[in-house]
Amino acid sequence: MSEYKIHALVCSGTGCRASESDMVVENLKTEIAKQGLSDFAQVVKTGCFGFCEKGPIVKLIPDNTFYTQVKPADAREIVEEHIVKGRKVERLLYTDPDSKEAVNDSKSMNFYKKQIRIALRNCGVINPENIDEYIARDGYEALGKVLSEMTPEGAIKIIMDSGLRGRGGGGFPTGLKWEITRKEVNEQKYVVCNADEGDPGAFMDRSILEGDPHTVLEAMAINGYCTGASKGLIYIRAEYPLAIERLKIAIEQAREYGLLGERILGSNFNFDVELRYGAGAFVCGEETALIHSMEGLRGEPTLKPPFPSVEGYLKKPTNVNNVETYANIPVIFNKGAAWFASIGTEKSKGTKVFALAGKVNNVGLIEVPMGITLREVIFEIGGGIKDGKKFKAVQTGGPSGGCLVEKDLDTPIDYDNLIAAGSMMGSGGMIIMDEDDCMVDVAKFFLDFTVEESCGKCAPCRVGNKRLYELLNKITDGKGEKADIDRLINLGSVIKDTSLCGLGQTSPNPVLSTIKNFRNEYDAHVLDKKCPAGVCKSLMVYEIVEENCVGCTACARACPVGAISGERKEVHKIDPTLCIKCGACEERCKFNAVIVK
Amino acid sequence: METIKLTIDNQVVEVPKGTTIYKAAKQLEIDIPVLCYMDLKALGIEHKPGGCRICSVEVEGRRNLAPSCSTEATEGMVVKTHSMRVMNARKTVMELILSDHPKDCLVCAKSGNCDLQDLSVKLGIRDIPNQDIAEMSTYRKDFSPSIIRELDKCIMCRRCETMCNQVQSVGALSAVNRGFQAVVAPAFEMDLEHSTCTYCGQCVAVCPTGALTEHDHTNKLIEDLANPAKTVVVQTAPAVRAALGEEFGMEAGTLVTGQMVTALRQLGFDYVFDTDWAADLTIMEEGTELLDRLTRHLNGDKDVKLPILTSCCPGWVNFFEQQFTDLLDIPSSARSPQQMFGAIAKTYFADQIKKKREDMVVVSIMPCLAKKYECQRDEFKVDGNPDVDYSISTRELAALIKRANMDLKKMPQSDFDNPLGESTGAGVIFGATGGVIEAAVRTAYEVYTKKKLAKVDFEQIRGMEGIRSAEVDLDGFTLKIGIAHGLGNARKLLEDVRAGKSEYHAIEIMACPGGCIGGGGQPLHHGDLSVLKKRTEAIYREDAGKPIRKSHENPYITKIYEEFLGKPMSEKAHHLLHTHYTDKSKKIIYLK
Amino acid sequence: MSRIKVELKKEQIDKIKTICQSFNNNGGELINVLHKVQGTFGYLPAEIQEVVAQELNEPIAKVYGVVTFYSFFTMLPKGKHPISICTGTACYVRGAEKVLDELKKELKIKVGETTSDGKFSISCLRCVGACGLAPVLMVGNKTYGRVAPEMVKDILKEYEAM
Repeated sequence: MSEYKIHALVCSGTGCRASESDMVVENLKTEIAKQGLSDFAQVVKTGCFGFCEKGPIVKLIPDNTFYTQVKPADAREIVEEHIVKGRKVERLLYTDPDSKEAVNDSKSMNFYKKQIRIALRNCGVINPENIDEYIARDGYEALGKVLSEMTPEGAIKIIMDSGLRGRGGGGFPTGLKWEITRKEVNEQKYVVCNADEGDPGAFMDRSILEGDPHTVLEAMAINGYCTGASKGLIYIRAEYPLAIERLKIAIEQAREYGLLGERILGSNFNFDVELRYGAGAFVCGEETALIHSMEGLRGEPTLKPPFPSVEGYLKKPTNVNNVETYANIPVIFNKGAAWFASIGTEKSKGTKVFALAGKVNNVGLIEVPMGITLREVIFEIGGGIKDGKKFKAVQTGGPSGGCLVEKDLDTPIDYDNLIAAGSMMGSGGMIIMDEDDCMVDVAKFFLDFTVEESCGKCAPCRVGNKRLYELLNKITDGKGEKADIDRLINLGSVIKDTSLCGLGQTSPNPVLSTIKNFRNEYDAHVLDKKCPAGVCKSLMVYEIVEENCVGCTACARACPVGAISGERKEVHKIDPTLCIKCGACEERCKFNAVIVK
Repeated sequence: METIKLTIDNQVVEVPKGTTIYKAAKQLEIDIPVLCYMDLKALGIEHKPGGCRICSVEVEGRRNLAPSCSTEATEGMVVKTHSMRVMNARKTVMELILSDHPKDCLVCAKSGNCDLQDLSVKLGIRDIPNQDIAEMSTYRKDFSPSIIRELDKCIMCRRCETMCNQVQSVGALSAVNRGFQAVVAPAFEMDLEHSTCTYCGQCVAVCPTGALTEHDHTNKLIEDLANPAKTVVVQTAPAVRAALGEEFGMEAGTLVTGQMVTALRQLGFDYVFDTDWAADLTIMEEGTELLDRLTRHLNGDKDVKLPILTSCCPGWVNFFEQQFTDLLDIPSSARSPQQMFGAIAKTYFADQIKKKREDMVVVSIMPCLAKKYECQRDEFKVDGNPDVDYSISTRELAALIKRANMDLKKMPQSDFDNPLGESTGAGVIFGATGGVIEAAVRTAYEVYTKKKLAKVDFEQIRGMEGIRSAEVDLDGFTLKIGIAHGLGNARKLLEDVRAGKSEYHAIEIMACPGGCIGGGGQPLHHGDLSVLKKRTEAIYREDAGKPIRKSHENPYITKIYEEFLGKPMSEKAHHLLHTHYTDKSKKIIYLK
Repeated sequence: MSRIKVELKKEQIDKIKTICQSFNNNGGELINVLHKVQGTFGYLPAEIQEVVAQELNEPIAKVYGVVTFYSFFTMLPKGKHPISICTGTACYVRGAEKVLDELKKELKIKVGETTSDGKFSISCLRCVGACGLAPVLMVGNKTYGRVAPEMVKDILKEYEAM
């Protein structure tokens, strides 16, 4: 990297690519060549910067200029002004929403100020398709150190001392998991990377694989050395073509460099990695289901014990860790367990990546130290609620998690606090809701997902979630009865209590936590037949305000079911028994005479 | 053996390490309710998918409830099997299962014999909350010649899937779809008839609900019996008499041959005959074929196919016609006893009683569901009229006897009619695994060596091992015999044959574990090895009590060859008593 | 799963066989084989599954059981322009449902179906990771961000002539 004076880092993650960042790269290259600066400035396609809200992102270093929402046509100006003349293109700079001033250096952006990037350290920094760039940022140093200086026991001790816990959801201590597999005596063991990111609102694993694939390969090799496995398998969603492509390139390069394969770095350690593809089943994020899927079977979970660490893939001891967990491993060896353990809370060390989304100003991928509060995340990093609306709830943990509310905003985020507050860490989805979101409808959305994704093996999950959904539907349809809420609570508790795997054991959480925090909203649906947020169609009533109606007949003509009656120049009336709540009348009325109650 | 101690419902129990909570509780005579769980001790298979969650119990210190069928007991564990938390969960889960189950118990084939119904009674279910808004799964009803699938009643216990795949290796059934739509079905949810199903009926035998039942012909039978224009002839298979009593509360292994004959006569059958007679006939044909192939082989004929495989089990015939189509010329061409009986009844016997074929109805009572299909095969019809009109299972017969207000226990004994009712001990043992080949050896030995057998019983052939082998000295020539029961075991022997590694001269195969005594149409044995053993003992007891124990000594068999058939494998015998096999692997898989 | 009838040509069967062989006809690789085959043919009709089952020496019921378990596998051909709409949480919160309703209304098909002229099909997918652009829909490989229901007609228009 050093021979160039200026590096233009262009985000090449899925989000920015969707906004033509590839064209930005091409145009930048062309313009630079046109100016004869090909030896002076270099364009680098990087992984995700995290600030997806404002993509495509182009960052120029060394001065950390952060251009947002760059269009292909902007390339010329960036090259002519910034690279040639050294003048920043003001209109493309990020503007601070509070001060309304352009921010010159990305380090002073609120979005990045409170972040500590460990797992994401190379995302948006290096070209993920070039192993040399990874190596230049201490890549494979940890593997070298472990192979040449440490015993497996010694290396595992470092992981244990670091306090690292599984980032996939459960938060099981990683070192302990490795130790269990290490102790198993078997001629063949496997290490697996769980990249079947299924939470519908989380994309950190994909961003890591797209932006820094080598960190996962390096960590898997270290895991292989520690646990005594010579084979690694990455189980990745087939819907992640870019991540797959970059992993393939990375594996090839690592093999070429002797970092995968036989006698790695001159040691006696052999290790290689293969890809296995998921095929669209959320339940395959569960370890045992994932393993069955890798064996070519239906991804149905089986009872633990036996744990995969003891009896897993092809009945051999199998150590499964998720992508983000792996991404932390090399850093722990490079910087030390004590350093890692100094970040975070007493029982949750290090950082956590969250996919911040929903009704928040700065949607994106963030990495924050454990112990940060929800308030800091939402209002500082996230820039507050969109369109100045009122914060209502934050949903963490995806379909397994729950909703947290105003009173939880100052709780430090860690595994245990989130559970105590009625939610969970999960894989790190964090969806912000505002006053326009109906919490019954939100619960229904998640249940719809679980019903779709239940494998069908055990009765409580297969039938129970369906029944929960139907009850919620009854309530949002305006047919709810008081007993239905109690029924939801009982059913939800039994499903949690009796389901076979983690999916069913957590699927009622969105319902139970919204009932707990928003009981009044449920009551409003059931008792008053009203949806306070105005989301549930069946509970809306369209009415004509007599004072405003001029009798123009526009609404009556727009109504597809003939529910509006009234003579010309006289006040019109909507028959609620005929109205299908399509909203056509409200849209058509020019006099604000149609209102929704 | 290392043991552990745990407390269940305030009682301490000591069990071997590795024991499940469910089994530990059993030791204390605490019967935790189960639904999907099935312990097939006889086959070494414990089916515990942990799917129904009915057996959930509370374990102190554990966050959620534990499925007792599949949770290992550990030292010091404290378990409650009936805390209110457990009772509420169990009831709620049961309500969930029932919310997706039809409520037509009054007319369900399984009513009164249904695990789900029993459990609903036990758990006191009186109401299904929110049934009015509960969507229910609906499927096409699938009628095959042997088995009826009514999947609206499937509760996803997956027992049938285990039988079809793990035990039988047939692979006709698999769990398909996901979530609420998940169900066990053949590929593309096609009809069973078009799948690789062999109709062995082991799935029906373990289904806890009315989702899988036999194709019931009893109502048709009642119509025929009531029709004075029809002469209704019945044949009863050897395994039926060793199990029928169980349906009337008798000890497993009680022989009820005489009572059964009386009952059939009282039901109005015109002639009550014995499939055992036809079994003797089978031995004449199959034994002769064996000796013929053997002799040619010993004379250096390179084209002769060995080993010869028995062909009396229709499930097994279906299996190789589907899955071992390259070996179609190896099985004996002899028809099964059921079909030999039918062919003779509608020719030789019809002539004797001067009845026209179309005025006769030949019914068989079988321990088997595949027999229902077998008698419908085109090979066994003359101008569209089947040799055997239909077959009813042991269970159907028991139900019919009860329906006719008869109690088998109080029935006097009587003998079969003649000429198709007289049989030897060799015919009887067809009902147990190893029996067919033992019967064949008894005859083959005497025919081949032209010497009298010193000892009729070949104990080395008997037993319950899934795959067995035996050697019989035929006066200097060592006959090597293989035996397999259960199609999973059969597959192993067949793969050896296919690979040219088999050293056997003859192999007996029965599709069902235990042979016909464990057939898919028998009273349910729930995988209990002791029940199968007792039935087998009964079969051999009947054999031992017979005055004649070798097929070729049956006077009525000698007579039919003299009067009608000529000699074994004659042209007439070939026409009436032999068959051919066809490649059925190329199925049209389109839905109707 | 609804299905259509297909007649496979010999070259197509050979192609499937080659794919199976590249995985050593190993039943444990069933999912990888199905991915490859679907990648080649676009979908997995019964006839194709039958060939795969035969080559891998697995029961056809098992193959079908796997195909119907995973939402990525389809037994129906997708439209010439397959439309996928993200129904992840971020997109839901920002109104994906309304966009989907509009799509269904415009094309007169349900999710998982293809229009009768074979042009469009609709499927739902979970988070594509472009939450910053929510709600998101994809036509083929092209991603459309911040889609409002009113935009659906115009997006479809781009492809109608193609």
